This record gives sequence, C-alpha cells and structure tokens, in this order.
Amino acid sequence: MSVRRLAEVQPESFAFTPENEARCAKEIAKYPPGRQASAVLSLLWLAQRQNGRWLPKPAIEKVAAMLGMPPIRVLEIATFYTMFNLAPVGRYFVQFCGTTPCVLRGADAIKAVLERRIGPAGQVTADGLFSWIEVECLGACCNAPMVQINDDYYEDLTPENFDALLDKLAAGRPVKPGSQIGRRTSEPVGGLTSLTSLYGVDGRSGPQTYRGSPGYDPPSPEPVSDKD
Amino acid sequence: MLDDKDRIFLNLYGFGDWRLRGAQARGAWDDTKALIDKGKDWIINEMKASGLRGRGGAGFPTGLKWSFMPKPDPARPSYLVVNADESEPGTCKDREIMRNDPHLLIEGSLLASFAMQAHACYIYIRGEYILEYERLIAAVEEAYEARLIGKDNIHGWPFDIVVHRGAGAYICGEETALLESLEGKKGMPRLKPPFPANMGLYGSPTTVNNVESIAVAPAILRRGAAWFASFGAQNNAGTKLFCVSGHVEKPCNVEEAMSIPFRELIDVHCGGIRGGWDNLLAVIPGGSSVPLVPAHEIIEAPMDFDSLRNLKSGLGTAAVIVMDKSTDVVRAITRISYFYKHESCGQCTPCREGTGWMWRVLTRMSEGRAQKREIDMLLEVTTEIEGHTICALGDAAAWPVQGLIRHFRHEIEKRIDQYAANPHSEPAAGFEMAAE
Amino acid sequence: MAEAKPMTKLLVDDVAVEVPPEYTLLQACEAAGAEIPRFCFHERLSIAGNCRMCLVEVKGGPPKPVASCAMAVRDLRPGSKGELPAVFTKSPMVKKAREGVMEFLLINHPLDCPICDQGGECDLQDQAVAFGFSGSRYKENKRAVEDKYIGPLVSTSMNRCIHCTRCVRFTAEVAGTGDMGAIGRGEDMEITTYLETAMGSELQGNVADLCPVGALLPKPYSFKARSWELTKTDSIDVMDALGSAIRVDSRGREVMRILPRINDAVNEEWISDKTRQIVDGLKTRRLDRPYLREGGRLKSATWNEAFAAIAAKVKSARPGRIGAIAGDLCAAEDMFALKLLVESLGSGSLDCRQDGTKLDPKFGRAGYIFNPTVAGIEEADAIMIIGSNPRRESPVLNARIRKRWLKGNLLLGVIGERADLTYDYNYLGAGPESLARFIDHPPVEKERPMLLIGQGALARSDGLAVLAQAAKAAISLGCVKPGWLGFAILHTAASRVGGLDLGFVPGEGGLDAAAMAKAGALDVLFNLGADEIDIAPGAFVVYQGTHGDRGAQRADVILPGAAYTEKSALYVNTEGRVQFAERANFPPGDAREDWAILRALSAHLGKTLPFDSLHGLRAALYASHPHFAKLDAILPGEAANIEKLAGVVGAAPSAVPFVSPIADFFQTNPIARASAVMAECSALARGLRKEAAE
Repeated sequence: MSVRRLAEVQPESFAFTPENEARCAKEIAKYPPGRQASAVLSLLWLAQRQNGRWLPKPAIEKVAAMLGMPPIRVLEIATFYTMFNLAPVGRYFVQFCGTTPCVLRGADAIKAVLERRIGPAGQVTADGLFSWIEVECLGACCNAPMVQINDDYYEDLTPENFDALLDKLAAGRPVKPGSQIGRRTSEPVGGLTSLTSLYGVDGRSGPQTYRGSPGYDPPSPEPVSDKD
Repeated sequence: MLDDKDRIFLNLYGFGDWRLRGAQARGAWDDTKALIDKGKDWIINEMKASGLRGRGGAGFPTGLKWSFMPKPDPARPSYLVVNADESEPGTCKDREIMRNDPHLLIEGSLLASFAMQAHACYIYIRGEYILEYERLIAAVEEAYEARLIGKDNIHGWPFDIVVHRGAGAYICGEETALLESLEGKKGMPRLKPPFPANMGLYGSPTTVNNVESIAVAPAILRRGAAWFASFGAQNNAGTKLFCVSGHVEKPCNVEEAMSIPFRELIDVHCGGIRGGWDNLLAVIPGGSSVPLVPAHEIIEAPMDFDSLRNLKSGLGTAAVIVMDKSTDVVRAITRISYFYKHESCGQCTPCREGTGWMWRVLTRMSEGRAQKREIDMLLEVTTEIEGHTICALGDAAAWPVQGLIRHFRHEIEKRIDQYAANPHSEPAAGFEMAAE
Repeated sequence: MAEAKPMTKLLVDDVAVEVPPEYTLLQACEAAGAEIPRFCFHERLSIAGNCRMCLVEVKGGPPKPVASCAMAVRDLRPGSKGELPAVFTKSPMVKKAREGVMEFLLINHPLDCPICDQGGECDLQDQAVAFGFSGSRYKENKRAVEDKYIGPLVSTSMNRCIHCTRCVRFTAEVAGTGDMGAIGRGEDMEITTYLETAMGSELQGNVADLCPVGALLPKPYSFKARSWELTKTDSIDVMDALGSAIRVDSRGREVMRILPRINDAVNEEWISDKTRQIVDGLKTRRLDRPYLREGGRLKSATWNEAFAAIAAKVKSARPGRIGAIAGDLCAAEDMFALKLLVESLGSGSLDCRQDGTKLDPKFGRAGYIFNPTVAGIEEADAIMIIGSNPRRESPVLNARIRKRWLKGNLLLGVIGERADLTYDYNYLGAGPESLARFIDHPPVEKERPMLLIGQGALARSDGLAVLAQAAKAAISLGCVKPGWLGFAILHTAASRVGGLDLGFVPGEGGLDAAAMAKAGALDVLFNLGADEIDIAPGAFVVYQGTHGDRGAQRADVILPGAAYTEKSALYVNTEGRVQFAERANFPPGDAREDWAILRALSAHLGKTLPFDSLHGLRAALYASHPHFAKLDAILPGEAANIEKLAGVVGAAPSAVPFVSPIADFFQTNPIARASAVMAECSALARGLRKEAAE
C-alpha cells in the first residue's frame, strides 16, 4: 500500500451512459431501501469500466451524488480498495501477483519480463497498450505464477509463455485465458488423482456416471472471455 | 485416499458442466424441499452432529454458529452472508467452487438461510474473481428461472440471493469488515461484541460463512451427519479442499479427508516434493497467516485443526504452501509480512504501525543488515501486535514472523554474520515496494 | 424522578464498585478511581476502539487484553463459582499492552514537541510520560505525511496524526457535515477533507480541541502562546443567545484564545467558530477613548468633556424626547443601570429589541424564552421549526437538534427557509399561511412536541400576530401540557432575554426602537451598543460601545465601553438561564466598564444612580429582579402565558415568507465585523454558497 492520490490530469466531467445508468439503478435496487450506499462499489466499478479502467474525480463525485453520500466517503472508498485505479492504465492492464506462493513458483522471472517489456510499475507504455502493477495474492496459488490482464487470469506462467502471451496481445491476436500450459483449472499436471471414476485420469474418458441422468448435456468448452 | 463416491465437489476441476443441468445431474437440487420439510431444527442439529468446522480459517463449528441466530423479528430480518472474499495467500479453493460448481453454493445458501430463517443472502466475492462472479451470477439467474430460489419458489421458503463484488481488500475477508464493505463503507473490522449474530448487516442478525462451509451443507444433509463425521480424526470431521502450492511437483486443489497425513496428501495428489522428501524445508499448512512448520515436524502430521495447532501452527484454510530447500525462507516470510502491511486497514494502532515496522526490519534481515539483538526485538514487536488489535489481522501478521524466528533464527543469524563480514553501501533491496 | 436502576457489581483492581450495567469498562474503572489512558475514546462521539490505549485485563475474559472503551460492564460474566467479574488496570499484561501501543504510536510521531502548539496540553505527551518507556527501538525511517488544507480555522501537521479519527467522527456525527475522512489504508491512511476543500461546518474549530495531538490546531492561534503562560478565566459567550460556557485564555491584557467549557445543559463541550475565533476582533477597531462630534467630525475628548456635552443636551431636551436602545451584546447590569438612568430622566422610551422582534414581557416569561430548555431538545419527540435557521442562529443548539434526530423517532418539520440544517425534515411551507394550518390542528400523537420559533418569524411588523398563531398552534398540537412546555423561542442576541426580564421595553407612552430611530423622534438617544439598527438624522446620539461600527459612525458622543471579556457580568440565555461571566482582561486605553460609565454619567446629569460599586448595582438588581441572583438556574415560564399569547387578537399576519435574520453567520455583531478571521470565513462561506447554488 502506498499513498494513493487522484491523477493530476482529470476530465472535466463524467456521466454514465444510458445503459450504465440503467445498470446503476439495477445495482441500487439490489439492496434494501435506504441502504443505497451498499451499491457504492458496484457504481464505482461501472464508472471505472466505462472510463477505460480508471476512476476519474468527476466520477467519484457523480457516484457520491447518486447515492447521497458526502464525496469524502466515496473518496475514502476509492482510495481504500486497491482495485480502483486512480490514474490511467494501459489498454492491457497487468496485475502481477507477487505474493509468496507465486514467488516460490518463479514470479520474480515474470516480474523481470514485465519490467523489461513494459517498464517500471504503474507506467503506461508510450503506445498506451500496457501498464502493470504488483498486487497481492490473486487467489490462484495452485496455478502460480500468474497475472491478471484486464478481467482474465493467465496462469502457470513461464518467462517464455508469458513473453509469447504479451506478444500476442501487443499484436492484437486472440489469447486464451487460464493456464498457459494446457492444464484445466487447478488439476494436477499430468492427470487426475481424484474423480477419475467420473472423468478418467485425463478428465474426459471416465464413465461420468451422471451422463445417463436425465437432462444431461455435454459440458460446454471453457469459455474464452470475450469482454472488450 | 478418499473414495470418489465420498467426494462432494464432483466438478472440482471443471470437466463437467457448471450450469444447473450439470449440477442437477451430479445430484444438486435433488428434492431439496424434502430437506427443508424436515425443519430448521433438524438441519441445525444435523450440521452440529456432522462436526463441520468453518472452512474459512477459524474452524468454528458451523452448526453451532447457525444456532446462535436469534428468533426472527420482522423489524430486523436475519441475513446469511457468504464470505467469498478468498484472498489469503495460498488459498484458491472457493474459486473452484464458484466457477465449477456454483449451484452447490446456491443450494447450500438456501438451506443455511432457511435454517437461520433468513430470506436474503448476500454473497461477497472478491473483486478480482471476475469469471467466478459472472458464473455465480449466471447460476443464480438459472436458479431464479427454475424457481429454485426467489420470492415464490418451489421450496416454499421465499429467498433472494444478491452477489456483491468487492474491490481489492483482503481485510474484507474478516467477517465484520465484510459487513462494513457490504454496507458501502471502508472494510474496517467492527468491535466485538456485539457479534454479527446480534448486530450484523444493516444492524440485523447475520451469520457469515465461508463458501466451502455452505457448499458442503447440502451433501451433509443428504448423506447424513454420520457420513460426514466418519472422515477425519475426532473433532476434525469431514472432507476438505486442500490447496497445495509451492514446491511440489504438481500443485493442485484436491478434496481429501480431514486428518490425511501430509506425506500422503503430497505423494498421492501432488507428485511429491520437488527434489524429493529430503529436499523439504518447511510448510505453511494453512494459508499465509499461520506459522510455518519445519519439514521434520510436518511430514507425518495429520492435516487437521488440532494436530496442526499442536505444532503451533494451524489448518487455517488448508492452503498448503510448500517450501523446499532452495527457498529463501527469510525473504518468503518478508513477502508475507509485506502482504499484511499492504492489507492492514489502518484502523487500529498496533497493526497499522506494527506491520510496517516488522516488514522493514525483515527486509533488512533478508540481507543480514541487522543486529542479532534485533531478532528478539522483532519477536517482541510481534507480541505487541498479537492480541492487541480489533481483528485477527494483527495476529495473522505476527504469527508468520514468530514462526520464522522460532524455526529459522539460525538462518537470520547466519545472514547477519555474512553481511557483517562483508558490509557494503548498496541500498537494501525490497524497500522500493512501499513506494510503488 | 430518576428511578433506582439495577447496578452491576464488579472488581476493579480488587476494589468493588457498583455501576450501571450499560457503563463501559472504562467508565467503571474511572468510577473505581483507576486511570485509563485513551486517545480515540471521547464521551460525546461514537466508540471507535481503534487506538488500543485503554486496554485492560479481564478475568474470565479472553486471554488477551480488552479495549475498555468498547466493552460494556453487562458483557462481563461472573466466575464459575459466582465470583464478581474482575478488571485489572495495573497488571503486567496491561502494562505491556500500554507500553506496546504507546511505542507504536510514537514510532511514526515526530519528536517536534518544542515547536508544537499542542505542547503542554498534549494527550500523547502526557500519556507517553505516564505509560510509555523512555527511548525508542524503531530504527527505520519515519513516515512523512503531507499537510492538508482543511479550512481557515484549523491548521494541520499530519506527521503528528495518530489516526484516532475523533475529527472524522465529530464532523460526521456532531457537525453533520461529513467534512473529514480517512483516505487510503494501513500505514498510509491519511486524515483529510475531500480533496483539501475547506470544512463546511460552523463547528469545525472543535476538531482542533478534539485532536489529542498536535495534528489539528487552531490556525489563527498558531505559534501565538504556550498553554502554560495563559491565564484562564471562565466566561460566557455572547456571539449568539445560547450563552455557551467558554474559557477565555489571556496573557497580560491580551485575549489569546477562547475555548469551550463543559456545560451539559447548554453547549455540552462545543462552541461555534464565531465564538472561538472572534479573538482578533477584540483587538481591532476598538473605541479606546471618548469622542465628540465637532463640525461633523469625531474628535477625541476627555471623559469630562464628553459627559459635559451630554449633560448640556439632556438639559435642553424634553423628557419625552429622550430614549435608549440596548444592543445585542449588553450585560444585564449595563441595561439595568441605563434603564434606571433613563427612567430617572422621566422617559419611558426604552427598547432592547433593535431587530424589532415583537416579543414582550407583558405576556409573561414563557412567551419569550426557550421553555423546553436546550437539554430538553433531547427529550422532544417532535420539533417544528418556525422562521428560524438554527444552524446559522445557534450552531451548537442546532447540533443538539441533530443529536436528537440521530437517535431516531423524531418528527421534524420546518416552516420558513428550506436550508441545509444537517438533518432531514419535512418541509411544511414558507410563511405564516403554513403556520396557520396548525392553529386548530388535532394534537400530534407525540409525548413531547415542541415549536421552535425564531426571530425570522417575530422580528417583522406582523410578528405579534405570528407569535399569537404560534401560541395557538402550540396549544392545539399539544405542546403545552403538564410537565412539558414545548414553546421555544430561539433568540439571536445574547442580551435579549436579560433585557426583556429587566423590562427594557417601552414604558407608558414610550417609543420602541424603530420609532426612536426615526427622524425627529427624539432629542437625545442613548445607544448602548446597538449596531444593527439605522438611526435617522436628528437626535443627538450618545453611543456607548466597543467598536468603530455602525453605531459609532452615527454617534455625536462616543463613550468607550468594555467588551464581554473585559467585564464581570450577568447574561441570560435564550432558555432564560442566568449565567455569570468573569472578567478576563481590561478594556483598552481609556475605555471603562459600562456600568461605571453610566454611573459617572448619571452624576453629571444630576441623577446619580443609587450604587457606587458593581456589588451595589447587583444588590439593587437582585432586589428588583430576584431571579438574577440564581446563577445557572432558569425561572420557568408558565403555561398560562402561552394561553394569554394565544388570546391576542389582531390583524392576520401577511403572506411574506419567514427569512432568518442571519444572512451571514460570521458577521452578526461589531466584534465579528472587526475580525479578519471572521471576514475570511465569511468570504469562504459566501463562495461555498455560490458554488452550491450553481
């Protein structure tokens, strides 16, 4: 944690798009009457998403006004929760996990790739494509080391496959989130050690006893995140 | 090894369908009404009898916790809040539940809420889990559409679920900080008493449970308390998701019986220790908050609450962080210390001031730039934090450091000697992190 | 009235005490005589429990120390054999905990006590000496925190902040403006206003009092004095009609600062920014010698020359063409003396109501005081505010209304301006026609409803009709019942209730203030510090006051008097509470205490007043008005007075909306207008309001 300040250069104003305006109303409606402050994180999320993944000052004020909160309360929240970016970030915003489980699996080498390719933490590349920061545990420790780029986790990284991943992003080619070594979620590499009676060691060839159950539909492939 | 037929998380790795139909095919939502019809007292008693202890780290008996909820009062509706703010370093089990089997959590939420006479449940998921959030939302929508939940559902218990996203604050995993955050404030833990069961969300009676605790409830109720209690040692019942990370050949999440010996857990599921068992240095057996345990103490230890407590550590979230002999153990703990400094909410003095102090001393010690007497001073600083704070983050920050000094004092001393023999004026590495 | 409540018995350091069960352990320990250090805990704020300084050991409790501020006695459990719960404040566990917390507080606190204004009255300093250990083991770099701008009244030195959040809680809870917050988190948490804007509360100066260290300090007082050099004098504030208890700290002849004293019945422990930061106004634009107007210009004169000029004018005037107006800051003694003097000259033209309020002692005391009392606001369950903006007219009283509102279950309505009062209310309308709806309204279903009537409703030509309407509404709504008189007049002038008590109003055939101020109405007008009224040309005006303000400009003779800190005096606040202010310093130059000036003048006029000392004056005052002798007491009003008021018949009031008499909170009297600090606050407030209106 370090001192978090709003960016020096700020837009003049902020307004939610009509679509987000409606989503805000939906978020507020999730909570009991009079408890609209509960929606503050959701509204800040929407504002940040709409504004290129960073949160400008007029958005903080807008959200405060919408929820009837003093602006200082919303500023407190924007600075307390570290996922709110208070300054512009790259088109691909890399959150690099530098906590011990990732370090044990070679996160230092991943950090070196980031420093070499993107530069110091917090700085956006000249082409606006990349910026990165070090964050605390992202909760994918069995797939360490890993980073989050925009919405998606990229796991089981090596300097080589991470380099290749960044190449693809830079070139605008599609990438596959999740494990970069072909593992499905957090299964043990090289074959299942449990649930084999359902899925087989390879996760696909087992009897899957519930296949016969009524209404069973073969699993859809893991979706590739297609957000922005 | 746990038999597949005794596993609860049948889609742990996502090879099956996470959607409602897949979940139903695996047995979820199977005549849930019959469980509800047995009544709330039956459910609570069954949960008590199962011996389930909270899976979020503290290990408080879940059934007992549910029984603390006061009688319903229309002016103060009861709430169930599910803690899906999984952020403890080493821990990545709830993530698998939410993205691969979200209906277990939703069904569990209905049963738990009914048992506590709550009509609303809030699931607080960490902000970084975006895929998991979307899956959970989609699954909740499916459940609404299928009238499994909702104001007017087939189970006859009006029930709503709201999924609430966090935004990057480990402290929100502390139950009262989570409630503050849910109310739209900074995640700063509350003073207790009053406990959430009396004064929780919006001032109403609230129970906060971990995702795994809730997700196993339907299986316990269907198969019976005795089935669940048949796994694990006395007082450490059930099956449990273990997250094994670090220096094992094949890190993975796996569901196993409680009290499984460490060696078996690693050999069967993780391909053994990297470089063999002789290469094991130490293990953090329950997430970053618990003290590490040196190799010789952990190898044959049963992985459960009581055994690990006897090793002056804990099962915590069963996030097993394995460190082999290549590990710079001082640096590993220093990084954990940085984590707590970063995640301290700043509310109360010992944690706000002490976490930074510990990290700074440890950063120097990582390079041997310290005096040996500072080791004892550091140990004393940990005891000035431990037990003196509003919430357990102070303890969680102190324990790893205590574990390091308890078991690896010699390593710190060695470095101090090395540096003293060859001092230099290069700036210490690691301090730049605070200025990121 | 107090019922015997069940008490809980416990042991504190092996001493048995009985305390109410809702007491915190901290209070219980203090009741047992044990001293508990604390920083974040404050009796009038919510419990934060964050400083961890008040840790104690509890037997039978958890094996770790407990924050005594946050745990209630009722949460303690007896021992297994029924032993009393036991709390220890001196055990090794407690000692270690305190030393540890103190060490943590100090590691990032600068060692700059010699240049810190808090030095000598700093909680951290005192408690470090009492509970810390000498020396520091912290060898790392100390944290550096940027100072923040939070307004013209409070300076910041944020390195010193120990994050107790008292200031945050004060602005959120008491002031109700939510100005301050703590941004960031962990060791980088910083106290600030929203992006360093100025605080918007009229009570903001209190955050400096609340700050237990030197992080927030009164800006105008910066580096002016050390606390141990100051002479402390108990006094009463005259900036509004609340009569807040204050302490005037002076060094030599100079008032250095004004601080609140605790008076739970009136101001609790808050004062408004005007009350606190008026200090520089006491030193500038002062009238420090008599003046005579010669050839249209004021020239300095001796006392004898001034008195002689007055005597000449009075001698040539007809008694009916002599009159007196008393201003807003006058002490009771001064008005008493002036009244005797003017009456002895044969005139009944007296008025203490320069604003033209229609309140009149002839209807009885209940008709012009704040009958439910200020503390009684907390008992009320319905409040209708009529023609008043209490936030501007008495911010501390407004905080009391907010305090009551925060407790919930309060019906609040406003007739008048729709202003931000720091609490929510039902807006019932703008003027008399809205009040008229309540004159035969069925009783409100509340136990203790009250009407709060401000001068915005009464200081107008139809004020008496409005007052009568209000009285009728009070009766019909059920505000007047046995044991509860919910008819509350909020005054804006500190002198007003005293003046009305003394009968400083027109006698038989006498003129009121507005009539006296008209051209040609009088030959000689005594103006005792009335600076809020325009006096038309014509009369020979004797102005007795303190500042070169409006009154002095219109004067033919100026007699320099004493400001409120410079005299021993009695004031009666809006509740009718008689309060005593001691003298803290002396009037400047040739200026004198006002009663003495009047006594000397009376001799020159051949109507020597019957007392030679302040003691003698008070004896005469007490003899004619006995309730003035009962300090801090209120002579209660009678319900019958309200009936009498309600019976006043006359023309219906106009439809003109009620407007608060105070447009600019910071510029309400000559002392405030002489203060550069108040001028800055005023400019800032106008800027703020402009911004809000855009």
